[in-house]
Amino acid sequence: MIPAAFQYYRPKDMAGVLAILAEHGDDARVMAGGHSLIPMMKLRMAEVPHLIDLQEVGGLSGISIDDRITIGAMTTQAELIDNDALAQAAPILREAALQIADPQIRYMGTVGGNLANGDPGNDMPGLMQCLNATFTVVGPDGERSLAARDFYEAAYMTGREDNEVLTAISFARPQGGHAYEKQKRKIGDYATAAAAVQITKSDGSCAGASIAMTNLSDTPVFSEAAGAALAGTSVDTSAVKAAVAAMLADIDPVEDNRGPIAFKRHVAGVILARAIERAWSRA
Amino acid sequence: MKDDVDSREDRIANLKGMGCSRKRVEDARFTQGKGNYVDDIKLDGMLFGDFVRSPYAHATIKSIDSSAAMEVPGVLAVLTAADLEPLGLHWMPTLAGDKQMVLADGKVLFQGQEVAFVVARDRYAAADGIEAVEVEYEELPVLVDPFASMTSDVVLRPDTVADDGSPANGAHGPRKHHNHIFTWEAGDKEPTEQVIANAEVVAEEFMYYHRTHPCPLETCGCVASMDKVNGKLTLWGTFQAPHAIRTVVSLISGIEEHNIRVISPDIGGGFGNKVGAYPGYVCSVVASIVTGKPVKWIEDRMDNLMTTAFARDYWMKGRISATKEGKITGLHCHVTADHGGFDACADPTKFPAGFMNICTGSYDIPTAYLEVDGVYTNKAPGGVSYRCSFRVTEAVYFIERMIEVLAIELDMDAAELRRINFIRKEQFPYKAALGWEYDSGDYHTAWDKAMQAVDYDGLRAEQAQRIADFKAGKTRKLMGIGLTHFTEIVGAGPVKNCDILGLGMFDSCEIRIHPTGSAIARLGTISQGQGHATTFAQILASEIGLPADSITIEEGDTDTAPYGLGTYGSRSTPVAGAATAMAGRKIRAKAQMIAAYLLEVHDDDVEFDVDRFVVKGAPERFKTMKEIAFAAYNQAIPGIEPGLEAVSYYDPPNMTYPFGAYVCVMDIDVDTGVPDIRRFYALDDCGTRINPMIIEGQVHGGLTEALAVALGQEIAYDDMGNVKTGTLMDFFLPTAWEVPNYETDHTVTPSPHHPIGAKGVGESPHVGGVPCFSNAVHDAFRAFGLRQTHMPHDHWRIWKTANELGLHDQG
Ligand SMILES: Cc1cc2nc3c(=O)[nH]c(=O)nc-3n(C[C@H](O)[C@H](O)[C@H](O)COP(=O)(O)OP(=O)(O)OC[C@H]3O[C@@H](n4cnc5c(N)ncnc54)[C@H](O)[C@@H]3O)c2cc1C
Repeated sequence: MIPAAFQYYRPKDMAGVLAILAEHGDDARVMAGGHSLIPMMKLRMAEVPHLIDLQEVGGLSGISIDDRITIGAMTTQAELIDNDALAQAAPILREAALQIADPQIRYMGTVGGNLANGDPGNDMPGLMQCLNATFTVVGPDGERSLAARDFYEAAYMTGREDNEVLTAISFARPQGGHAYEKQKRKIGDYATAAAAVQITKSDGSCAGASIAMTNLSDTPVFSEAAGAALAGTSVDTSAVKAAVAAMLADIDPVEDNRGPIAFKRHVAGVILARAIERAWSRA
Repeated sequence: MKDDVDSREDRIANLKGMGCSRKRVEDARFTQGKGNYVDDIKLDGMLFGDFVRSPYAHATIKSIDSSAAMEVPGVLAVLTAADLEPLGLHWMPTLAGDKQMVLADGKVLFQGQEVAFVVARDRYAAADGIEAVEVEYEELPVLVDPFASMTSDVVLRPDTVADDGSPANGAHGPRKHHNHIFTWEAGDKEPTEQVIANAEVVAEEFMYYHRTHPCPLETCGCVASMDKVNGKLTLWGTFQAPHAIRTVVSLISGIEEHNIRVISPDIGGGFGNKVGAYPGYVCSVVASIVTGKPVKWIEDRMDNLMTTAFARDYWMKGRISATKEGKITGLHCHVTADHGGFDACADPTKFPAGFMNICTGSYDIPTAYLEVDGVYTNKAPGGVSYRCSFRVTEAVYFIERMIEVLAIELDMDAAELRRINFIRKEQFPYKAALGWEYDSGDYHTAWDKAMQAVDYDGLRAEQAQRIADFKAGKTRKLMGIGLTHFTEIVGAGPVKNCDILGLGMFDSCEIRIHPTGSAIARLGTISQGQGHATTFAQILASEIGLPADSITIEEGDTDTAPYGLGTYGSRSTPVAGAATAMAGRKIRAKAQMIAAYLLEVHDDDVEFDVDRFVVKGAPERFKTMKEIAFAAYNQAIPGIEPGLEAVSYYDPPNMTYPFGAYVCVMDIDVDTGVPDIRRFYALDDCGTRINPMIIEGQVHGGLTEALAVALGQEIAYDDMGNVKTGTLMDFFLPTAWEVPNYETDHTVTPSPHHPIGAKGVGESPHVGGVPCFSNAVHDAFRAFGLRQTHMPHDHWRIWKTANELGLHDQG
């Protein structure tokens, strides 16, 4: 478990990062917390001859809370958890982040790294799809924005170009009730199935729901149909069943050591039903 | 010097001897990161060696081209079987009487097998060198199933076929098939068949005790340093049996044994993983001889999980017979044992299936028969005793499941069935049907105490209510009550029937008392976290009357420690602990003579009292052990040699038989397959208790490894022989997060033949814990018709059980 030799860079600003990316193209890659990238390099599944550490690039971390919430890409998962104002404004983030990896990893792992990685096992992408977040990336031609719901194309394939860096994530302050429900085999494990749910309530019925699932396809799955199945209902048993059925039509899990497809589909349904129930009780 | 002001109680407390929860003396360095493990050893000019490993489970090697690797900066040599063959070192003997390739000799038999050894200036260069070695493989059909292997035409090992094409004899007798290794039997076949044929009730079951791995935090490794000037080889390594390694290295390398020094530094857990001899050791030694430089080899986590020392992989078929009232009359067990590509089990040589013949368990079973067939497959070699005495966990799992299945067959409570069949206290020493003589036990007392502690009847009532609620749709959680009463056989063992490669399994202790009344004791064992430096000093403190804090315990250096067979199979306390007490008694005998001389009375007129010898009937006249120690070095005593030293080699007359009663209460989420352990009660009887706190720590650790094995930990292969669980992401190593609160308890039934009555405890909780967790899962579904479902009980397998029993809403 020794990576191939690589050159290590620690630029102080984004111009420096972009310059190295421009010079080395595919052979260069940025590193945030390193807790997805370094294991891949040690297994020699990723070869990165030029490794650009983002730790000293200014302006990439921090959380600002207004009508919109903006989170710098280099904000760690631990910082998300520690931020009480964020827990007030968007409590689903703390609930989800507490279920990612373990405390040691969360001190290093960043929101940006988790989102840019493109691993279907990562929890943040589904969460950000649920929140309808927007990602800001910067590249040689300047800045652009991408919708989280359009960002993920396939495992490790995203809408970000290789020469672009994710700088910030923003989303409207979420309304209503929330839940992040995740089944895993042990602490530090990726999800067997996970569901992110936000529901708004008006006059006792569901005004709108946003639902996204994790590790049940080669990308996160935003299930518009599942959310639609709840809208206008009283979120009773039959509505939940309809939402689960809609979600099951959108996911496409594969067999792995966590279990076969039938098991994962069943658990996905149970997890989503529980998430909806909890989110509704908080709406 | 006189400390006669202290009361007798104070003097006892001052010794911190047996029975005292003395704090572990090792922990000061471990908790400060000041331990000294093999990878901490750095020598001038030290090189690093690492393996090119086979990506295939079964393949012919067409060619190995190391020319590109030799171009990699820092790479000095690439060893292959062709380089080792002239030295006769391309194969090595295993502890099980088989032989194993050191480096692939024409073919590979498992994924991860050692193919070439790259020696480089550091581990980074070695890793790059490994990438650059080009090996051409031709894939062969893969056998991962032992039953398929036993009928396949594919020959895994050419050496298993005789010249006439028939299966050649193996190390333990004739082979039934070319992929068959041995058959091992115990008990009476015909009488057992008859008893079962005529029985009122017979329960049959087939169970798989899956392949797993000990996975110590520190992986295996070594540093070999050949000093060409004085001809001495020093070998530091993660060895659970340093003396045995020295002898094996001498036998296979031809280096005289006095020129080999083996040192086990601090070891970060062993659990059986570090008993055997591995290709890394041989290659490091050869590389050091070739280069004249010290060579280090350290496994990474994947190497460790995939190649050194798996455990279990037993397919067990049982039949148990009883009267209608539940009195067991007979037991039949057949095991198909998957050994992988080489039989590298670490068992006493005459026991190719270890002590599997303890599988009659805690029960008075008059007639029994056991047959074990060992089989080669395309998996890694090993078969070590992972936190258990040789195959004892398999045996206990087998009988504790058979009891549960018989209870179902009889429609009887499983606790009551156990009670009816326990060996009674007055039956000890008890001669079991499969050959062992149990030294002592009091199972009914332990069992009743456990049942009372958990309010067993109350638990069953709660469970009945839960089942009713579940059926009425009020809950989706089932409740399981796991029971186990285990009997272990540990402390190998009597030289008359226990040896490893001809080395009798005695153990040893040598004591030197210093003039000022402190001491050093050296043993043939080696701690891997068990706390020997703490507990052995306590045994000595009580035996020789010097404070434990004044006694240094040293192990692991073959140049200084007396010969011993090492630490595994819970043998340290039963064997080396006994040697320690016996050596202490020799010290005391000489001290008695010195005391008598100093007090000017006859030897028989003084008696030992805690920390001194007193004149009988005149307690104010005494000499403390401290005074006696000084006298031993400063007085010319007629008829007595100066000095105060002793050595003892202890050959135990019998094994010891620790036992215990465990109860697990578990809630199971039927829809997700997630178990939640609500309560775990563990009563252990390990005889005399030396350090209660260390016992409790051992029980917590052993239970946690039991939880791991029962609920998820496995080495799984796909059909192509690829390891699916080669990293800690998929190989379940529980953390504090997954571990429940444990309640510990005890009874004390001292071993009648052990000098201090102690029996060993480090492995009991693992042996008893695995069936207890597993029985809880089974018990949760008993009311819905479940008899047997294989471990590990991870989420999806529990879910599958519920699904197959029709407990999921399919709509
Ligand atoms: C044992 C273990 C368990 C884990 N369990 C979980 C879990 O349960 N759930 C979960 O979600 N995650 C889990 N993780 C992953 C962890 O959360 C990672 O930290 C996270 O996925 C990546 O964040 P990072 O900052 O470490 O990114 P890095 O590893 O540094 O980078 C990951 C990838 O993203 C790219 N990248 C990083 N930052 C940027 C950027 N600003 N712009 C463009 N590209 C960028 C890198 O080039 C790389 O390809 C686990 C990790 C470990 C080691």
